[in-house]
Amino acid sequence: MIRKKLNREVAIVGSGISKYGPAGDGITTRDLFVEAYHDALKSVEEGLDPKQIEALYIGNATSDLFEHQMHIGPIMTNWSGLIPRPAIRIEDACASSGVAFREAVLSIASGVYDIVLAAGTEKMTNLPTSEVTEVLAYALDGVSEFPPGFTFPGVYAAMCTAHMAKWGTTIEDLMRVAIKSHNNAALNPKAHFNISIKDIMKNRREKAAKEGKVIPSWGDELDFLQDSAQNPVVAWPLRLFDCSTICDGASCVLLAAAEIARNFTDNPLYVIGTGQASDYPLHGRADLASIAATKYAASQAYEMAGVKPKDIKIAEVHDCFTIAEIVAMEDLGFFKPGEAVKAINERITERNGLLPINTGGGLKAKGHPVGATGTGQIFEIWEQMTGKAGPRQVVNKNIDFGLAQNVGAHGATVVVHIFEKR
Amino acid sequence: MEKNNFTIAEYQAFLNEGKLVGSRCLNCGTVSLPLKPICSNCQQSNMELIQMSGKGKLAAYSLIAIGPKMMIEEGFDKQHPYCSGIVELDEGIRIPARIIGLDVGKSVSESVGTRCELEFLQKDNKPDVLAFKIVPNS
Repeated sequence: MIRKKLNREVAIVGSGISKYGPAGDGITTRDLFVEAYHDALKSVEEGLDPKQIEALYIGNATSDLFEHQMHIGPIMTNWSGLIPRPAIRIEDACASSGVAFREAVLSIASGVYDIVLAAGTEKMTNLPTSEVTEVLAYALDGVSEFPPGFTFPGVYAAMCTAHMAKWGTTIEDLMRVAIKSHNNAALNPKAHFNISIKDIMKNRREKAAKEGKVIPSWGDELDFLQDSAQNPVVAWPLRLFDCSTICDGASCVLLAAAEIARNFTDNPLYVIGTGQASDYPLHGRADLASIAATKYAASQAYEMAGVKPKDIKIAEVHDCFTIAEIVAMEDLGFFKPGEAVKAINERITERNGLLPINTGGGLKAKGHPVGATGTGQIFEIWEQMTGKAGPRQVVNKNIDFGLAQNVGAHGATVVVHIFEKR
Repeated sequence: MEKNNFTIAEYQAFLNEGKLVGSRCLNCGTVSLPLKPICSNCQQSNMELIQMSGKGKLAAYSLIAIGPKMMIEEGFDKQHPYCSGIVELDEGIRIPARIIGLDVGKSVSESVGTRCELEFLQKDNKPDVLAFKIVPNS
């Protein structure tokens, strides 16, 4: 087969993000979007006149159900002052803005546009947790998975039991993923949970002391996470600290054709590989302990980029649940099947490790405003690869290749991008 | 079984009759469950219906403490979780289902692979739900 390539090169020239977390009553997807959009414009080193933006690709899972607002493409165009530019709203569940980013890249590569905005926005906290659980479960297969009671955590929990049965993965392995995510998020002021698990423990001990209650005697973080009063089961074997957060947020990425990118910045980040794939519901897949669409999407992206998994120096993977990070590390080819856990235990994926993963705190602790997550991951990669990540900047100065993987629901959609710093 | 249009309405009607029905491609033999109108292997639309044996083993599962509205209405909550799982049928094909009678004291490695059999959960004024019951001492 002929190696598929972009017709012309595309680069990121700026990116921005809103604060992730509960945004408050009355705040809407458009308010969150404007916060991220301002942040993105401000980030362009040489400035970018908004008039130059030719089209908007907006990821959003379901403002329809969360805030009774559909057709949000033109609303975001209106709120950014960019009427009459075309806007495309993309829904691919939790992969909505990763796919929006891909479509934005393809639109520039096609030659139709030179400068476009890819973004995502989601306001989830209007609904109580039980209703959010219900709405997210609509992203599963409505014929086979929803009727027998599967939820979004439930289907990943099933994947987790398959991984445990096949590879011997343990509850403690999952917990180490959450501990790492929180340690990273503690350095990220935009994170929903901008706090380490150690500090959560400290706060809860102090609260108990203040209220005259028995002060809990947890030893380390694992001990705390074993305490079911602190870490209740959501969908066994997954507990609260295995699950990404329900939160509000928006993220934006400004893209330009590579030949004009240096008009805006001395540090364009090149998009050198893109891949996307679909899959059956979980039961229809050959291996229940893997997300095959990740493999398909990644192989397209690696081939287009001309790089191999071992070349990647930093990655954002879709850890909607702790088990999903483990599965992604294997499906992306970073580690052999069944060996991701070993890498976690050897601290390879920590911020100062050989392959830092989810340096912003991941979906677990940075947050998972579903439709905003994909471009939010790319924001993190862009900040790290252009040296703008401040206190959470990785130690490795030579992060020439980075990767972002964004998953829709249980892997029925996966989109993978590879970036290069030149 | 006679030919039909391979719609979801027909699939649910079979479930309501206590039958789990998939489709088999007359061109390449690939079986799909639930039934489907187009083959995933050869993309032909030449299908026949195939009724499943209803015997299999548990391949993956979860004890769900926070469920959607319909499960809360059935009385399930954090103190009373329900089990949803994926069953691998003896025909070699899998299907998600409610799982009844799983011993929650057993480990994952003990539970995965446990034999189970087709069972249906009748619900008032609602479509029947596919369930599998764990075969004791299997």
